[in-house]
Amino acid sequence: MSARNIGIVYRKELLEALRDRRTLISTILVPILLFPLLTVGVGFVIADLIEKADREPARIMILGGTDSPAIVSSLAKSKNLIVVSGPGNYVDLISNKKIRAAVEIPPGLQSGAGTDFAPMKIYMYSGDLKSTTAAKRIEDFFNEYRDNLARDRLTVQKLPASFLKPFVIKQQNVVSAEKVAGETVGGIITYLVIIMCLTGAMYPAMDLTAGEKERATMETILSSPISRTHLVLGKFLLVLTASLVTAALSVTSMGISSWVIQHFQDQSSGSAMHIKIGLGAVLAVFLVALPLAVMFSAALLTIALFAKSYKEAQSYISPLMIVVVVPAIAAMLPGIELTPRLSLVPILNVSLLCKDLIAGNYHWNSIALIFLSTCLYGGAAIFIAIKMFHRESVLFRS
Amino acid sequence: MIEARSLSKRFHDKKRGDICAVENVSFTCRPGSIYGLLGANGAGKTTTLRMLATILEPSDGTALVFGHDIVEDPEKVRASVGFLSTATALYPRLTAREMVEYFGRLNGLDEATLKKRIDDIFDRLDMNSFRDRRCDKLSTGMKQKTSIARTLVHDPPVMIFDEPTLGLDIMAARTIVAFIRECRQAGKTVILSTHVLSEVEKLCDVIGVIHNGSLLAEGTPTQLREEYQEKDLEEIFVKIVTAHVAPRAGVEVS
Repeated sequence: MSARNIGIVYRKELLEALRDRRTLISTILVPILLFPLLTVGVGFVIADLIEKADREPARIMILGGTDSPAIVSSLAKSKNLIVVSGPGNYVDLISNKKIRAAVEIPPGLQSGAGTDFAPMKIYMYSGDLKSTTAAKRIEDFFNEYRDNLARDRLTVQKLPASFLKPFVIKQQNVVSAEKVAGETVGGIITYLVIIMCLTGAMYPAMDLTAGEKERATMETILSSPISRTHLVLGKFLLVLTASLVTAALSVTSMGISSWVIQHFQDQSSGSAMHIKIGLGAVLAVFLVALPLAVMFSAALLTIALFAKSYKEAQSYISPLMIVVVVPAIAAMLPGIELTPRLSLVPILNVSLLCKDLIAGNYHWNSIALIFLSTCLYGGAAIFIAIKMFHRESVLFRS
Repeated sequence: MIEARSLSKRFHDKKRGDICAVENVSFTCRPGSIYGLLGANGAGKTTTLRMLATILEPSDGTALVFGHDIVEDPEKVRASVGFLSTATALYPRLTAREMVEYFGRLNGLDEATLKKRIDDIFDRLDMNSFRDRRCDKLSTGMKQKTSIARTLVHDPPVMIFDEPTLGLDIMAARTIVAFIRECRQAGKTVILSTHVLSEVEKLCDVIGVIHNGSLLAEGTPTQLREEYQEKDLEEIFVKIVTAHVAPRAGVEVS
């Protein structure tokens, strides 16, 4: 094994990659910009939409309520509600967004001393932000009306307000901020690392194999004295570098974006930070993801080598995304936990382990089993890649 | 020196089944001379040269290139060979100097020797004006010179040219032809494949006619003219090929 030759190929591939706009965009620019744009950008847009919906008066319709004029009048005077009346079926009006909600006031609500009112129904357009906001405003109005009614009745009966609420219920978190992080954002970070390891390796893997065939440089390099094993290892190291750099930049970028958002939220609301992800946990995740990146890089090189052109390579590699995304997402589902059997399922095992690591749970037996099995899969993928580079039918496919 | 011994190469094609691209080909190329492998498209020229350059492995037979066996010692063979073809393109994102440096390093040259070799070659081929220009920005002629520099950087004793002037304009083709002559003068063993008869007449000391994967005739241009009683090389080529094809097809030759 000549480390010198592998190093020569690696340095040359790195130099070419750094001069390639497409590689720089996919490896560096996208991971740096994607998360600020997604979290900060999209976050602000959504916040703006919610704020706008909150400010805007909602048109609603009252059904019934002829025997409760005071309530109807009070509702009409509510802030940000405009009561409309007129022709038209309320279902059609809501569906066509002419009104945002309608409330059906049960008979005898204002005068009734009884307790068997028909349920008050609020009709709305599920999933529509403005309709949901309008329904919430109506509900808030009637909640307040109900509370006031109950308080008046308690006063008449000379009973304290605590008569209806003898005790309060409060939830209290007892686990560390790291464990909370593991449960809440651990799955997303792991998913991100895995997907970015794959996407970061995709373009260089295609460029270094199918791209070489397309540019007719494959025969040039094969005519040099370097062995094909050294050649594939040099190329593989470059793909692995791109994979890890993309994943590292993505997580860093996401970390900074989250910190910025949380910082502004803390300043505005004064709430304390409840999530904590240690640098050690992030490094442990990368260490566990390393053999997975090895497996992705070697597998992508092998698959792309079969293609005669860059376009053909893209069509071979795209389905691989689904193969990786499914187990990566499965780890985020509630209830799926690491078992000895799942420790051997590639991708899913690393996803589940990384989630545990972020939560600060270090089960060394699982770590060893998953790390070794993934190393084994990675090694097998490199072995296959080397074998494929020795096959003339693959290199000179016509 | 190149000694091809019963070289054969078979491929498997899903539609056509087993194909014999080269069958039992033997010949010798000596230092200081140019051996021309003449044949039509698909005759087996490229496959033969790819086997000699160890890019493809022979199905049967072997060859000695500068004393190294192509099957047993392919890396040493490649270190002794400069291989140039239209399919050996340049890395577009490297400069001319980086391209030649890369191949010098792969051939095991140390940095001091490499620098000296590159300076010499770039002076000789008049490449200094574009040495730091990226290969994708070079003209065809400049690209040809860079490819030549790439094959020469380790000063190989054997040069293999696979249709080196295919698709080139007159000036670029002249650069290549001049370079091939220089290789002969420098005492290198040169083998060249082509289907351009004028190129064969201008350059080759020995001609081997290859058709359907078999070497049908071999000799100096003078020997071939005497044997086939023709002055024109094109007529000689047609006679050789027709004599081989006609009996196979069951056609009487008058």
